Amino acid sequence: MSVSNLLENWAQVRHEHPNNDKPHDPYKWAMAIDLDACTGCNACSIACYAENNIPVVGKERFQHGQQMHWMRVERYWDEDGREFPDQGFQFLPMMCQQCEAAPCETVCPVAATNHTADGLNSQIYNRCIGSRYCSANCPFKVRYFNWYDYPTDEMVWPAEMQQQMNPDVSVRSKGVMEKCTFCVQRLSAAKVKAKGEGRIVAEGEVQTACQQACPTSAISFGNLVNPDSRVHKQWAAQQVELDKDKQAKNEEEEASELRGYRILEELRAYPSVMYLERVRESAV
Amino acid sequence: MKDIREDIAWAKINQDVMKSLENPRKLYWVILFLALAAFGFGVGCEIYQYRTGMGVENVNNPQVWGLYIATFIFWIGMSHSGTLLSAILHLMHADWRKPIYRFAEAMTTFSLMTAGLFVMVHIGRLWQFYYSLPYPNDRGIWPNFQSPLLWDAMAIFTYLSSSVLFLFVGMIPDLAIARDNMQPGWRQKLYTLLALGWEGTDRQWRNFRVTYLTIACFLIPLAVSVHSIVASDFAMSQQPGWHVTSFPPYFVAGALYSGCAAIITLFIILRYVFRFETYMTLPILKKIVRLTFAIAMVWTYLNAVEFAAVWYSHDEASKAVLIQKMTGTYAPFWWGMIFCGSVVPLVFAFKRFQTNIPVLFAVSLLLNLGMWLERWMIVAPTFSHGYYPWTWDHEQWPSLVAWGMVFASFGWFTLLFMIFCKVFPSVSMYEVKEMVYHRTLHLKKSENAEQGAH
Repeated sequence: MSVSNLLENWAQVRHEHPNNDKPHDPYKWAMAIDLDACTGCNACSIACYAENNIPVVGKERFQHGQQMHWMRVERYWDEDGREFPDQGFQFLPMMCQQCEAAPCETVCPVAATNHTADGLNSQIYNRCIGSRYCSANCPFKVRYFNWYDYPTDEMVWPAEMQQQMNPDVSVRSKGVMEKCTFCVQRLSAAKVKAKGEGRIVAEGEVQTACQQACPTSAISFGNLVNPDSRVHKQWAAQQVELDKDKQAKNEEEEASELRGYRILEELRAYPSVMYLERVRESAV
Repeated sequence: MKDIREDIAWAKINQDVMKSLENPRKLYWVILFLALAAFGFGVGCEIYQYRTGMGVENVNNPQVWGLYIATFIFWIGMSHSGTLLSAILHLMHADWRKPIYRFAEAMTTFSLMTAGLFVMVHIGRLWQFYYSLPYPNDRGIWPNFQSPLLWDAMAIFTYLSSSVLFLFVGMIPDLAIARDNMQPGWRQKLYTLLALGWEGTDRQWRNFRVTYLTIACFLIPLAVSVHSIVASDFAMSQQPGWHVTSFPPYFVAGALYSGCAAIITLFIILRYVFRFETYMTLPILKKIVRLTFAIAMVWTYLNAVEFAAVWYSHDEASKAVLIQKMTGTYAPFWWGMIFCGSVVPLVFAFKRFQTNIPVLFAVSLLLNLGMWLERWMIVAPTFSHGYYPWTWDHEQWPSLVAWGMVFASFGWFTLLFMIFCKVFPSVSMYEVKEMVYHRTLHLKKSENAEQGAH
């Protein structure tokens, strides 16, 4: 209520650079996506819809661009002069990058989007007033707004379909922003279980829905602080560091052996998702 | 050419202005009805949108901001010229502002009220609007003071409340005149209440002058800050096309520009509707036209600065957005903005158009069209050509509901303005008297000087 209370709360939710003043301990959730393994099958996207109660908005609203796919698989056509059946393309699975210095967090007028201690960019649906400033300032445009009241929409969730909703995830009403949470409900459950047993969450104990569904294991997810985790090993092997805005791959001369990079790093949002460049003839 | 005749009797001034408060002409009722209908249409749109969801605006997932934000900036901008005329020109002792500043100040207040509506209309959960207010609560939850949107809300609220105060304080002597000239009735009761027992004693005048000057001084930095902060909504973000250092002065210049154009429009309408030819004279109109021309050129210059800065910055994304504006989907609107904002005002450079009322009326409307397009061209193109390639193939066109809301805002503004003009004197009587008095003094002085020379 007082000003001192305001200032204390302030210090709790705001900090300067990724992990200089508040090191992530014992968790920092991160991801690595191998684009060479990705076949563009969209299983991750479907799994995400099922896990997170994401509304399927229908043809008409999709055409208006009002779709809600937290996890989207983008397709980039090769521009090497070849025509359609022969033309190659690459896939890029894209979801909230859980930036350490997230552009969306600073602009929200009601502080509905915040940083958690384990390095997630959280969205508080109850607090959101729907100004959509976060999405306007997101470089990746991975935030999705509830343009309509989907939970009450018979077209989106017919009564019989409601039985298949995930009880661990709240449905979002109209007028709030939502986005990928790294399946925070699974993370919380695993953390609670581990805490009860007096340990920290072990590698492999928790998976995100997209990771679980990926047939080629292109997505790995885990605790970046834990040196035994697959994610940590991948990041280390690619010499990608969380708090750098230029990675070893970009520093080196051409024909680098390294494949790890993060998207739009030069904006200094410090994303938590590392991508592994596709290895292909044209690129080698 | 003189701004006002020196031989107008003071009683005639009272009589002429008080006449504008009575017996509306038929045209007045027609305008009022049309405004009410337009506003009613907007209310219908808002009810529909409130019940259905923001999707009816036809905005989509990368393009989350649309016409509402653009029109919001437009109305905020419109509010600036009132302060320019009433406060800045007051400090500069520009006598010619006196017959026209009252309606300009009213315009400021009403356009701010219109802009405020667009904030409400824009947010997804209007029913939780109070979350953005820093009210004390047991949970210790505060709004995010880092967000330019929050600064915005505060700046607008401060500016609106100060503008209302300024409008009211400046009106006190006139309200007393109205009180003394009215038949008993609700109007007389209202004026008696608002005149705060004004008797025109020396002490009252002295206090009045000091108060008025103080508020004027307080209002000027507010006017500059409020649109700078609206500019910060964009300049503080990271997006190409928005993250521009020169945005705050650019926005302020644009604001003064559209405000001055609106003053020309309303000047011509009031002059005709209320037969204020004696007070709203052509030489005064000429002065506003010249002022508008100067501001138009400042705006054009700042535009050029922005384009040059983007062009030579080596910031590929910003450059792409600029090229997209000039050649992409939005090109007709973008070039329309350049034409209406930078080419059309050149008409003002010709002396014979500076007092040509039909031409000025058309041009002033075109200028504001250009300024509205400017705001839309700031908001929309960044969304369809930002950093991320996925957004590039997304097209967006506002729905009828969105256009209806924009249309309705003009109705709401006109409604407020027309009611104001019938309830309060829209020409400042006491200041016009001052102006006439200054004019006589000036004449006497030059007569004396002439006699001395002989």
